[in-house]
Amino acid sequence: MNHTFPPSVIAEIQERAALGRYAIRGLGARRAVPSFDDLLLLTASASRYPLEGYRERCSTTTVLGARNASQPVVLDIPITIAGMSFGALSAAAKDALGRAASEVGTSTTTGDGGMTPEERSSSKTLVYQCLPSRYGFNPDDLRKADAVEIVLGQGAKPGGGGMLLGQKVGPRVAAMRTLPEGIDQRSASRHPDWTGPDDLTIKILELREATDWRIPVYVKVGATRVEHDVKLAIAAGADVVVVDGMQGGTAATQSAFIEHTGIPTLAAVRLASDAIAEVGADVQLIVSGGVRSGADVAKALALGADAVSIGVGALVALGCNDSAYTAESGERVDVTGDYRKLKVLPGDCAHCHTGACPVGIATQDPVLERRLDPDTGAERVANYLRSLAMETTMLARACGKSDVHRLEPEDLVALTVEAAAMARVPLAGTSWIPGVTG
Amino acid sequence: MEALTGEVRAINRALRALPDGASALVADPRGRHNLAVGLDADVRITLDGPAGYYTGGLGKRADLTVNGPVGWGVGENLMSGRIHVKGDASQSAAATAHGGLVIVDGDASLRAGISLKGGTLAVGGDVGAYCGFMAQAGTVLIGGDAGDGLGDSLYEAVIYVSGRIAGLGTDARVEDLTEDDVRKVRDLAKTCGFDHVDPENVTRVASARTLYHFSTQHHAAY
Repeated sequence: MNHTFPPSVIAEIQERAALGRYAIRGLGARRAVPSFDDLLLLTASASRYPLEGYRERCSTTTVLGARNASQPVVLDIPITIAGMSFGALSAAAKDALGRAASEVGTSTTTGDGGMTPEERSSSKTLVYQCLPSRYGFNPDDLRKADAVEIVLGQGAKPGGGGMLLGQKVGPRVAAMRTLPEGIDQRSASRHPDWTGPDDLTIKILELREATDWRIPVYVKVGATRVEHDVKLAIAAGADVVVVDGMQGGTAATQSAFIEHTGIPTLAAVRLASDAIAEVGADVQLIVSGGVRSGADVAKALALGADAVSIGVGALVALGCNDSAYTAESGERVDVTGDYRKLKVLPGDCAHCHTGACPVGIATQDPVLERRLDPDTGAERVANYLRSLAMETTMLARACGKSDVHRLEPEDLVALTVEAAAMARVPLAGTSWIPGVTG
Repeated sequence: MEALTGEVRAINRALRALPDGASALVADPRGRHNLAVGLDADVRITLDGPAGYYTGGLGKRADLTVNGPVGWGVGENLMSGRIHVKGDASQSAAATAHGGLVIVDGDASLRAGISLKGGTLAVGGDVGAYCGFMAQAGTVLIGGDAGDGLGDSLYEAVIYVSGRIAGLGTDARVEDLTEDDVRKVRDLAKTCGFDHVDPENVTRVASARTLYHFSTQHHAAY
């Protein structure tokens, strides 16, 4: 364990004193917190009967929002792409994510700043976010959407609103958001036209009326008081609740938010699924925040999620933090020097907020943008999503499940006391669930 | 003119089915929420009595008259068209409206014109606190007095106040009235029937633009 003033803390204080600022960065929490890595799956042996890997079918079909919508969202896999804005990401990055999601039969999500025509056309299933800022929000795009997600918060910065620094507020972004070019853009932390769950009920009904009750309404919360927030979202009429844990990413926020607010995804998923079960509503749960692998997906589903949402993982698949990009000629162009200008190395970059993304993903710079080829990017993200789906079904089969949605808490044990308490599954080798069985 | 009664969902379906040029009367709105939401046609609608939250929200092109007061968020995210409230409005009138005109003959409560994105809000009477909070573009005309925190964190929207201002919000300032302003206020007051507004004697409030870039030097401003 570090002492109170290790060299990194001293350096940070000195920087604050010299420059009068605090740290702002992208991506998610970097501190070690209990995570899906602290859980293990109890696959089959004598007491359970496994299905044949690479042979017997294991369904991944996922239906979201059937309780009120005449056209619920039906996905081929329970892994969706999280909301990330055009502005935070380049148009090509949004396009590539949409194409990848469409190729593997899942959804992608808009973000602060509205819906671009590119992402609508490239995304077979597109979730349209209704954020507190309402930048670019309009009824035409709402009616083009396949679901609408009312965003109350985000795991990286619950209660904190958003920011897009001036270097990324270029002409197109500024026009879409009705803001002057180049300003440090503030996204509101609370909605302008309602406060509290009773108002949210009416807001949800407004969106249903505007879409003739056709599409599902999701409500997204940053993981803090999860049990209460999930119950209130359900009471307000949400068809789907999205819970974003503290490891969830962002394009820019204060480091103090990223590292010191919210609760880990591992704790959030169980609190949310228990809340839904207690209410007994036909409401689906999407969990996000640090989901990286099929093992993470399987564990999230076992804890009660109906689907997961990935953001940072998808960006990394797209080429985020890669030491090189692929030019149109197919040549790999090394950009380590560009990372060095940001005072980081490939693999350790979280400078999305600067707009100087060396691989052209988190930027609005026309020169940098060209470094991302949407075709290549889409193929890479689709590969990644397929690999996650395959891993998930592999583990589900080994647990004896013919449908990934039949994974359950009984399929899990924990490696640590903390994880056992958060996930409410037994500590491995025992029947002890801290706080539940003693 | 078609006369509509029944539940909100049925009324809204019937309203959205109206062709361009049609008119309809909702005879007994009973203060219900979400009436006339999501319209997208050149139609004339009258709600003959009080209406609830989000009246005429997410609308385009329609001309809506409410013969009574309205709840929160009248004309929320309006894109175009006109909403005329012949009464008072509760909180967040014309919130995030991108276009169109929302007229409130009476008073409007807190945060009228919040996050306005290009629309126009005209209030004949007084407005509560934080009118125009974070308003990005568009115009707010206040025929009466304005509450505390007027124009807090404004971007490029402009507010005109005919009466007294209890207090300006962060980064809002009073600016000199130009001939363009007078012309604009005169036209708007005429459109709204606000005979009590003297275009040459309104106060123009706009952003001082000192908070357009984040800085710890602004710590005391928030």
